[in-house]
Amino acid sequence: MAKFLSIRDAVANNLKHGDSVAFEGFTHLIPHAAAHEVIRQGFKDLTVMRMTPDIIYDQLIGMGMVKKMIFSFAGNPGVGLLRRVRDAVENQWPHALEVEEHSHAAMANAYEAGAAGLPCAVFRGYLGAELAKVNANIKSIICPFTGEKLAAVPALRPDVTFIHAQKADRKGNVLIEGILGVQKEAVLAAKRAVITVEEVVDDLDTHTNACILPHWTIAAICVVPGGAHPSYASGYYDRDNVNYIEWDAIAADREKFLAWMDEHVLKATPEIFAERVRHLRASA
Amino acid sequence: MSNDFTPDEMMTIAASRALKNDDVCFVGIGAPSAACNVARLTHAPEITLIYESGTIGTAPSVLPLSIGDGELCETAVSTVAVPEMFRYWLQGGRVTIGFLGAAQLDKFGNINTTVIGDYDRPKIRLPGGGGAPEIASSSGEIYITMKQTLRGMVDKIDFVTSFGHGTGGDDRQKLGMTTLGPTLLITDLAVWRPDPVTKEFTVVSMHPGVTKDNVQATCGWTVKFADDVEVTPAPSVLELKTLRDLKARTKAAHEAPSASGANA
Repeated sequence: MAKFLSIRDAVANNLKHGDSVAFEGFTHLIPHAAAHEVIRQGFKDLTVMRMTPDIIYDQLIGMGMVKKMIFSFAGNPGVGLLRRVRDAVENQWPHALEVEEHSHAAMANAYEAGAAGLPCAVFRGYLGAELAKVNANIKSIICPFTGEKLAAVPALRPDVTFIHAQKADRKGNVLIEGILGVQKEAVLAAKRAVITVEEVVDDLDTHTNACILPHWTIAAICVVPGGAHPSYASGYYDRDNVNYIEWDAIAADREKFLAWMDEHVLKATPEIFAERVRHLRASA
Repeated sequence: MSNDFTPDEMMTIAASRALKNDDVCFVGIGAPSAACNVARLTHAPEITLIYESGTIGTAPSVLPLSIGDGELCETAVSTVAVPEMFRYWLQGGRVTIGFLGAAQLDKFGNINTTVIGDYDRPKIRLPGGGGAPEIASSSGEIYITMKQTLRGMVDKIDFVTSFGHGTGGDDRQKLGMTTLGPTLLITDLAVWRPDPVTKEFTVVSMHPGVTKDNVQATCGWTVKFADDVEVTPAPSVLELKTLRDLKARTKAAHEAPSASGANA
């Protein structure tokens, strides 16, 4: 049953050192506020998974919280490379990072398999691709009906999945609209799900086939307006493209990065997100 | 026709011309995205553009900074979840053209977007494959667009992220693939097509003012030229205006100042 908690309590009650954690959101609805709370609480040895590690994984990894990253595209979308991820992979700073690298198709299928309670995902993929040579978790399976060789990867079953969504009703049923990414699958694949939302409403006021996560699939719901910033929440505020561009220079330098994290994350509170999106609300 | 255009503009416009009105195109971000939208805004208004965020039949007024910008969803015929995107629509064989860029490319259309150097000890860790490995194998055919440089067009790529024609010939069929693979490469200097037998990219057309020496000087393998190398038609006034307007709208949209100055 979903409990309405502060993001501080939701993180403290649901995450442990050494857990496997998914923060999902495909460009849209990325759970930045949740990631910042995880950073403030100083977790260690996390195995993090995400199809598109972007700024939040640059931050988690740069702050030394991550032992292993499972991913399929590690870039700052439309801007370039992830400087902190690169520093960890290329120079082991702040420490060595184990990576398990997949394609998008593999990760999406693996979350779906996790949600479906299957041990692995089967799909037509990795044909001729060298990732299969460097990732021991990419194997193949022969179709028993046709003899076709198909790719197989283990299901993703995170201990905790964090996502951000538009709204919850008072029972804790959560509505996701717009670009859906793999959030539904990542929530249903996880042992525990923590969801930050823009607001709580009396009635979700939607149509019969909307993407809704029932309250009994969720451990905790936290109201954090602006909690996706600089990502966006369709219907609430726009993507802060300028911010993504500015991140590149901040992340390029270790000292600059640490100073920025200290000021904007470690010394900040979740309430600051509402302020960060104020100028992005008008046109959304 | 216009004579006042940059090699970059020529590349995008030449790439846009390859797309047809009835194509269903899986769009890579960057140069492919510009070309696909110029096609949609000129000769192929009915083209279906798909971005991997799940947006099917999208028609953005500005180029998205990311594959998941809000406008892609707002203007799409439908937006599906990412697992469905890859399972039903790409793996299901609904995509006619996969349009990709490349950090490194070889003469058989194999693409590297993973690492420069050794995988375990990379000189440069690139973002990785994302959707590309399966776009390359499941799309009906693959178009590639990139600027020519000696670092980018190399004899041997450091990592095969997305399989093109392997070592040439029937390598794709040997792996069980039934799709055509790379059938077109558009650079800032030329248009290339694979040799029907060897599958090696061959220059079939050079952009106005470009010489064979120019093409070779910025390509890391020994370039093969067709017997009759044509001259790519220069951009029309409409094509150029469409591209420039699109870029101007995009620039204005992405560089709108951040009012609060607050960061991520």
